[in-house]
Amino acid sequence: MPALPLHEAGKYVAGAYIVFLALILIYVAIMAARLGRLQRDIVELSELVDRADLGNDER
Amino acid sequence: MHGKALRPGLKPLALATVLTLGGAYVLAFFYAPNDADQGFVQKIFYLHVPLAICALGGFIAGGVMAIGYLRTGEQRWDLRSYVAIHLSLIFAVATLITGSIWARASWGHWWVWQEPTLVSFLIIFLLYACYQPMRFAIEDPERQARYAAVFAVVAGAFVPLNFLAVRLANPLVHPRLLGSTGSLPPSMELTFVIAMVGMALLWVTLWKYEITAKQTSMQLRALKRRLAERAEMTLPAPAPRRSSAPRPTPAARPAEPVEL
Repeated sequence: MPALPLHEAGKYVAGAYIVFLALILIYVAIMAARLGRLQRDIVELSELVDRADLGNDER
Repeated sequence: MHGKALRPGLKPLALATVLTLGGAYVLAFFYAPNDADQGFVQKIFYLHVPLAICALGGFIAGGVMAIGYLRTGEQRWDLRSYVAIHLSLIFAVATLITGSIWARASWGHWWVWQEPTLVSFLIIFLLYACYQPMRFAIEDPERQARYAAVFAVVAGAFVPLNFLAVRLANPLVHPRLLGSTGSLPPSMELTFVIAMVGMALLWVTLWKYEITAKQTSMQLRALKRRLAERAEMTLPAPAPRRSSAPRPTPAARPAEPVEL
């Protein structure tokens, strides 16, 4: 098959690179969402520890 | 958050990845010449081939890490192996898609079933696609890790065998790359090597990133459990229940399955 002209080949090349970028971005976004959940869990945990400390002080 | 303690070396690694991969693609588009035969569409080569090599290398690495688990029984090796395979599966998806796009542009077809390179890669991909369903079909965490490690070792050994078989087969349309990079002009070869290093760095960065997130999540869950148990112990004992059904004591409570 003869080489595609630039305006035709450009679409395929852009498509391949965009797919790669999109996959990496989706992966990073999922991981970022998980890290956000972890951060919320840490806040929740610190509140629990604070409450437990407060309970111990009152006793 | 304790970012520095949780992610040792992740920031410089991420920076090195962005610089190397970014530099490689700048070189690919502005330094490396267009291929005499395929023209501009050959630029996909700098993406597709490093992706494929990293995916296959990651599958093998997952197998090696699984050997670490089988030898030591340490959970961290299981986690490393799991993340390596999970990440390589994503790289394999990217390889299949970019390869299909390149095939359409160069050969006029999205997929060529007669080509051993394509079909063998698909077989490896489908084999590893079974890893997660197999893993999560087992409830007991210990058995889950052991069976997954055996799977990873066997499948990891299959990857180089498959590669050898493909090298021995007659190629239809897909070129054989490894061992023949000498035929590339120096500018293309340099660009390819930098793209390869960048892609390997990307794999390592994402692997480390996911491992850190999973380890933190597991530590947090363990901490929550300990805190809940301590809270239960400090509370006054509840009034005896009428039912004679046994209640799980903290010691007899089933372990929470490890979600990886």
